[in-house]
Amino acid sequence: MNYFANDLTSLHDLLVKKEISATDLTKETLATIKEREQKVDAFLSVDEEGALKQAAEVDEAGVDATNVLSGIPLGIKDNIVTKGLKTTAASKILENFDPIYDATVIEKLKAAKAITIGKTNMDEFAMGGSTENSAFKLTKNAWDQTKVPGGSSGGSAAAVASGEVVASLGSDTGGSIRQPASFNGIVGVKPTYGRVSRYGLIAFASSLDQIGPFTRSVRDNATLLNAISGADPRDFTSSKREVPDFTQGIDGGVKGMRIAVPKEYLGEGVAADIKKAVKNAITVFEKLGATVDEVSLPHSKYGVPVYYIIASSEASSNLQRFDGIRYGHRAQNVKNLEDVYVKSRSEGFGDEVKRRIMLGTFSLSAGTYDAFFKKAAQVRTLICQDFARVFAEYDLILGPTTPTTAFGIGEDIKDPVTMYMNDILTIPVNLAGLPGMSLPAGYSKGLPIGLQLIANQFDEKTMYRAGYAFEQETEFHKQAPTIGGQN
Amino acid sequence: MNFETTIGLEVHIEMKTNSKAFSPAPVQYGSEPNTNTNVVDWAFPGVLPTVNKGALEFGMRAALALNCEITRDIHFDRKNYFYPDNPKAYQITQAQTPIGRHGWLEVEVDGHKKKIGIEEMHVEEDAGKNTHNPDGYSYVDLNRQGTPLIEIVSKPDIASAEEAYAYLVRLRQIIQFTGISDVKMEEGSMRADVNVSVRPIGSDKLGTRTEMKNLNSFEHVRKGAHYESRRQQRVLMAGDKIRQETRRFDEATGETVLMRVKEGASDYRYFPEPDLPPIHISDEWVQEVKNSIPEMPDKRRKRYVDDWGLPEYDANVLTQTKEMSDFFEETVAQGADPKLAGNWLMGDVNAYLNANQIGLLETKLTPEHLATMIKLIQDATISSKIAKKVFKEIITNGSEPKVWVEKKGLVQLSDPAVLQPIIDDVLQNNEKSIEDYKNGKDRAIGFLVGQIMKQTRGKANPKVVNQLLIASLKQL
Repeated sequence: MNYFANDLTSLHDLLVKKEISATDLTKETLATIKEREQKVDAFLSVDEEGALKQAAEVDEAGVDATNVLSGIPLGIKDNIVTKGLKTTAASKILENFDPIYDATVIEKLKAAKAITIGKTNMDEFAMGGSTENSAFKLTKNAWDQTKVPGGSSGGSAAAVASGEVVASLGSDTGGSIRQPASFNGIVGVKPTYGRVSRYGLIAFASSLDQIGPFTRSVRDNATLLNAISGADPRDFTSSKREVPDFTQGIDGGVKGMRIAVPKEYLGEGVAADIKKAVKNAITVFEKLGATVDEVSLPHSKYGVPVYYIIASSEASSNLQRFDGIRYGHRAQNVKNLEDVYVKSRSEGFGDEVKRRIMLGTFSLSAGTYDAFFKKAAQVRTLICQDFARVFAEYDLILGPTTPTTAFGIGEDIKDPVTMYMNDILTIPVNLAGLPGMSLPAGYSKGLPIGLQLIANQFDEKTMYRAGYAFEQETEFHKQAPTIGGQN
Repeated sequence: MNFETTIGLEVHIEMKTNSKAFSPAPVQYGSEPNTNTNVVDWAFPGVLPTVNKGALEFGMRAALALNCEITRDIHFDRKNYFYPDNPKAYQITQAQTPIGRHGWLEVEVDGHKKKIGIEEMHVEEDAGKNTHNPDGYSYVDLNRQGTPLIEIVSKPDIASAEEAYAYLVRLRQIIQFTGISDVKMEEGSMRADVNVSVRPIGSDKLGTRTEMKNLNSFEHVRKGAHYESRRQQRVLMAGDKIRQETRRFDEATGETVLMRVKEGASDYRYFPEPDLPPIHISDEWVQEVKNSIPEMPDKRRKRYVDDWGLPEYDANVLTQTKEMSDFFEETVAQGADPKLAGNWLMGDVNAYLNANQIGLLETKLTPEHLATMIKLIQDATISSKIAKKVFKEIITNGSEPKVWVEKKGLVQLSDPAVLQPIIDDVLQNNEKSIEDYKNGKDRAIGFLVGQIMKQTRGKANPKVVNQLLIASLKQL
């Protein structure tokens, strides 16, 4: 199946008209994955047997004409637990972990008769921005296999970008959906905190994590978010707010929309090609009838330390359950209980995870709590207030998703300002619990550039409407990487 | 030098909610290991806690019953530490915003009433249970993991082992009447940590304290606190210093034994639980919970005296436990005379419970049956002697008293037409006693009544027999 030529709606039509069966679609998808994995390595596991079984069930019951996901194979980030399907969070400590329950989003997808085709690679426990922190494999950028796919949801992004699947789920704690979407030239959305249940998402930072969709089109993205949103009695941080149909009114245009561009998002450290693409986007929106103003988010500059303290503190606590006692890796040759803990965790966790556990443990310690965790929590409130002030006057915030295009595999970002900008563009959105989207807005030296749209809490509809208008007006989303011989 | 003792108590009480504090798994004592658990209790990757509103309301009930102020904006905190009985490696508790603050309860020791302050009271979850087997393995049972607890922290207002004991008795009584816990020490649903320090009288600084953890007997608390206070005084008198240490109460010797010296406080890295949003407790909610609190013992006691004319002492005994008080009230509601019902419960019923070492609700006795039996005595259907037999039957086998009395033919004989021939017969066969009677020996009457009772197998109404007998004797 050519996922570059089809979207969810057209695939659904083919299935409903029986031009293709769910089983055939799944088989073709499995074949495509097999072929392109040689280049991108997006998947940690592919559930051939399970996917074909699910497809057979859909075919037997008949494709649900009212359900656009019925019979569609999807990729799932490997930190979302899937019953009976190995879930590792790309960590050695969970190398052979077989969950006994499904995450809420998986239950929802299963109810919609979507097909879980496999689990995608990521940075270990979602800590990283290149997927190089995976304990198992190196995923490559679909556009250039010497480049990283971004992270932490690099596998989910690369799988969609390379046409292995039409859509996938990722998770975003500090940019882990938007940044790889940007690097891979696709659409990635981090919904409002609380929009999607976190039950079954292996926690990195509880107050920041959100599951969200990767797709090739804005409309598909809204469709997939429709399917996974909603209150969950098992997640007290999920919102009871009514979930609107995100596709409804998506083509309403941006006439009269008030868009803000924070000057902090286009400062030093953002590459010229990126700035150019963003400026072009501003022109497009103005042409479509929106007004665009420069604004300031003065506390953004504290976003990075605040994020690293809060996210690492929560992670240090969340990751304590990986103790070698009940599941996961347990060290051999231990003498006592403390040995079990220390050796299992020392052997099971990778370096980046250990670094963050140490940072978090330090930030929460009795002598440092006030100066670190507590102070960070206070500054977080100021960052939220910055956004609230802007959203009192504007409908949308616009900026780049990343300061550069995808960097090379193994290439450390040496410029500290660039490294800092890499975080500062996406992190404040998580700290404030806002919805954010990255969508294709240009190319530079063959690599995609992402445009970031940020809306007020629970106002994904405005974000989708703007994204859709931009997408319809431009041709960026129509480009596809030359991988697997297509194009 | 003279010393004064300061005792602080931290009491953990398990609440009898249907499900756990932060997971939907059931709360039940005595089940097979690990059967009352789910993925949340096991801390599987990806699971999240949920707040059991019932547990929170039970906590509010306890706080209100202990005269605490309710904290209106609460959140939960994580207390981090590794141990196999603690699968998440953190306990969800309330470190910063305990649900209740600044409460008190009143105790009476040696006739003196004293208010003891409650610093704070919070809701948290219990850990599982580790068992260390001789086979070299340790076993983990997570049934208890997540059971809702309240921890009640007293102010250091307690000045003696006796006051500590009285505090615990009173605390148990109050909590029991709120209906939130069975407060059974033997099942571990009430446990106490005891902090003891001594200081020279007049010193304004508290002495260094030692701690005894997880005592599950009031008696151990009393003995341990007493021993510890004396030990510390001896140490100080000898010119030594008290170290901050954890000590264990040894049942066999009645002494406390050093477990470990505390070197600085453990760092539990408390921080707000990010998986559970803060909760606001409204005035309406507080009022609702207030209305749900059953009548407390003090109020009941007053009502027994004022409305039912019971002596203070009886009212006090009958309100020691909720079981007893509820049973008493139900018996009265079934039509029994309050004074008689009280007498039976304080006398024969308590004696039976003590003799058999069981609780009131473990017997077959029901308030209906007790009330029926009391009415049978009052209307002279059975004698008080027969009543003892009836009582034994209804408390042991649960028989309906009226039915059983009739079936066994134990109805008291009060009809003169039936009794007179028996009396005549006894008189005919006991001329010696008649002689004695005529000679002014009143003892003879007792003997004759006994004979009549023997003839009727105890069923004769003694009052009627007495009347008829004396009349007959006078006619002779």
